[in-house]
Amino acid sequence: MAFLQRIVASGLMGALFLVGGLFASVPPGYAQEVNVYSARQEALIKPILDEFTTKTGIKVNLLTGDADTLLKRLQVEGTNSPADVFLTVDAGRLHRAKQAGVLQAIESPALNQAVPAAYRDPQGYWYGLSLRARVIVYAKGRVHAEELSTYEALADPVWQGKLCVRSSSNIYNQSLVASMIAHNGVDETEVWASGLVENFARPPQGGDRDQIKAVTAGQCDVALVNTYYLAKMLTSDQAAERTAGSGVTVFWPNQAGRGVHVNVSGAGVTRSTKHLEAAILLLEFLASAEAQAWYAEKNHEYPVRNTVEPSATLRDWGDFSPDSLNLEVLGQNNAAAVRLMDRAGWR
Amino acid sequence: MSSEATLHRAAMRFPSFRAGFFTNAWTAGVLFTAALLSLPIIVVSASVFYPSADIWRHLAETVLAEYVGNSVVLMLGVGAGTLVLGVGPAWLVTMHRFPAGRTLEWALLLPMAVPAYIIAYAYTGLLDVAGPVQSGLRVWFDWSYGDYWFPEIRSLGGAIVMLSLVLYPYVYLLARTAFVEQSICALEAGRLLGCGPWRNFGRIALPLARPAIIAGVSLVLMEALADYGTVQYFGVGTFTTGIYRTWFGLGNSVAAAQLSAFLMLFAFSLVMLERYSRKQAQYHHTSTRYRPLPERSMHGWRGVFAFSACMIPVLFGFLLPGGLLAVWAMQSGEAFFNREFLVLVGHSVTLALSATILALGLALFMVYGKRLHGRASTEFAIRVVGMGYAVPGVVIAVGVMLPFGWLDNTLDAWLKTAFGVSSGLLFSGTLLVLLFAYMVRFLAVSLNTVDAGLSKIKPEIDEAGRSLGLSPRTVLRRVHMPIMRGSLFTALLLVFVDVLKELPATLVLRPYNFNTLAVRTFELANDERLVDASHPALAIVLVGILPVIVLSLSISRSRPGYEGSPRN
Repeated sequence: MAFLQRIVASGLMGALFLVGGLFASVPPGYAQEVNVYSARQEALIKPILDEFTTKTGIKVNLLTGDADTLLKRLQVEGTNSPADVFLTVDAGRLHRAKQAGVLQAIESPALNQAVPAAYRDPQGYWYGLSLRARVIVYAKGRVHAEELSTYEALADPVWQGKLCVRSSSNIYNQSLVASMIAHNGVDETEVWASGLVENFARPPQGGDRDQIKAVTAGQCDVALVNTYYLAKMLTSDQAAERTAGSGVTVFWPNQAGRGVHVNVSGAGVTRSTKHLEAAILLLEFLASAEAQAWYAEKNHEYPVRNTVEPSATLRDWGDFSPDSLNLEVLGQNNAAAVRLMDRAGWR
Repeated sequence: MSSEATLHRAAMRFPSFRAGFFTNAWTAGVLFTAALLSLPIIVVSASVFYPSADIWRHLAETVLAEYVGNSVVLMLGVGAGTLVLGVGPAWLVTMHRFPAGRTLEWALLLPMAVPAYIIAYAYTGLLDVAGPVQSGLRVWFDWSYGDYWFPEIRSLGGAIVMLSLVLYPYVYLLARTAFVEQSICALEAGRLLGCGPWRNFGRIALPLARPAIIAGVSLVLMEALADYGTVQYFGVGTFTTGIYRTWFGLGNSVAAAQLSAFLMLFAFSLVMLERYSRKQAQYHHTSTRYRPLPERSMHGWRGVFAFSACMIPVLFGFLLPGGLLAVWAMQSGEAFFNREFLVLVGHSVTLALSATILALGLALFMVYGKRLHGRASTEFAIRVVGMGYAVPGVVIAVGVMLPFGWLDNTLDAWLKTAFGVSSGLLFSGTLLVLLFAYMVRFLAVSLNTVDAGLSKIKPEIDEAGRSLGLSPRTVLRRVHMPIMRGSLFTALLLVFVDVLKELPATLVLRPYNFNTLAVRTFELANDERLVDASHPALAIVLVGILPVIVLSLSISRSRPGYEGSPRN
């Protein structure tokens, strides 16, 4: 019993400590501070934020999390939200944030100059910070580049039982289908999706890396993945990852037509911000040549700034022409895309 | 009914003003706490009154049947799996002496420290088509994919196995606590009436331990219903994945909340079924004699059998996945043990400890309130609060966020108009809200465990204490709590480990610059860097093990009459 009482006592002390620390840690509201809600995970964003602090003396407070729930939190906190910057992946989500009214339009000549018009909101609600392409990868040796052409052609029966792709709950697939709805219409895309499902080598599962591994292991011949996953596998410090990655080759689809489906990671300034200047400064820094180059090297995404080179691994895959579809459309078509995939049996 | 009669009845119920006031205060306290903690669930359930026929037609035509079917099969499978893995070993280690039995007694709890999503990652890494086992087979026999049959780990069956392996300790723990606290008299009576050891187990011990076992299984079923990480990773469509998808993919929060409400209905009917199956049966001891349990020695093949039955869950639930994580951790180039890492451990432990204590206090308060003034209202309130355990963390998180956000913003607006000052967000984004969410989600664990413990103490003990002039609170503190120490420890342990592993609510409700081990694990795993995620994952397991071992030993000692017993 004495033991239990000791536990209870120490637990209560701990709780008090926690609550005390919490009120002590409420920021006193000094100007040199900016609060970031980020759907990019800490390991991928913290170093560059630290660099920003070193350069400007502005402290960055970071809350990472799942994009959708972070957005929900922003909405619930409303005008009193402490967040100044919302950072997330996928244009669909940036669009949702804009629609939800948690972002504000900002004026920044530096950002307008750094970020091409296709990759930012026309009114300045959000700015793309990096580009990712969703491509076809195929098994070296078993498949030849000439057999591949477009996303549409993957629904052809010649690929029956040979295609791997992750779940349609994943936003990358939702955005890809949303772009196809924009180009081909709902009906045609649904026929395509049903054909694609027919060609699945296995029920959708795992992440993008798992699709690449399954191709190398021989479970399927082609897969749909984002390029940076493959680049990260090829440059991994683990031999198994490098081996799995080297079993596939990148194919750039739809090059004769609209181009490869691309998406962005990006950020916007919140409507509730109390540090507008610092927030804009942070966005400008993230779009600067220095930050873009670091990010390209570290995460193997394509820099949004034309003047910055992608990583060596990405350069090896050559140039491609991207789909020039306005990224807003991805957000607008998202729900329609999910319904379509539900109907097509893409789980 | 005349007013005189009403008055008379009231006077009968409350013999003196003081006692009457006390009764009211305690019951009111229980009801108030329950109402507060049910708020998120009510917020979510309120959505059923909003129309969303269109989306429901879509769901019904496409995916709903799959969600329901998979969830039901998952529950049945995990329920059966945890019963087999939990009850048998609990009986073996409590009543028998066999090789390594004393070690296995606590080792059987270890899988509890492994979060379900982590064991899923580990086994996928091992058994997936690209994993070392299948790759090895292909190289060894010069096969290629398709030449051989191999079970698909990422499937509904795989999810059932994964969840069973990490959830069976709930059943084991509660079953063992019940066996340890059981009355020898009943067993001796059984022996006298000619029951052998097996029949004694099947006919006497098992039925007597039923409240505890059912409490354990119902926790497991709720946990399985609420699981998101595993089924999502395996691509198995269940209610939880459906809720996420409807909410964020289809952008329909109303339909998502309705799905959640539907899920809670599921859980509620489960609880009610359990209540009904028990009916009015009483499970408390009828004797005040407590003696050390007799232990039967098992030698030869019986010993081997007992050892294997207890070793298999430990091996597959802990040693294998834990070893795999350790191997990955050594492969990973990331620095493991630094200051930042200690901060993560500190955050995780402090949060878990605070939530644990709070949950135990609240559970004692509510369950004892029910015992003192057992009324339909308190009983119902406790059931409703217990629902939270079956609700996915993210739904609870949003259900918690909404009322606190509303409160903060309303207060702020009022202060601004009345006094021209702004309070900003007082609660939102603080650890207080996070602790509140933990209570909503995990109080069921404490409630079930404490309830099972208290229900075994016969009411005469209360009466004896009260007749000696002790207040109800003193009876609780000085009589009941020492007697059901084992159950209390169990409640502490279960909540601690649960909070340590909790992810979705922590992720969205925590303050900024505040990370935990689970958050770090998720981030790395979400970036598909399983090998790097092995560090924090391993740390969760290690931090979880320590209290598991300490508390497991305390439960063995918690049997009244333990002191001086030959079991030492």
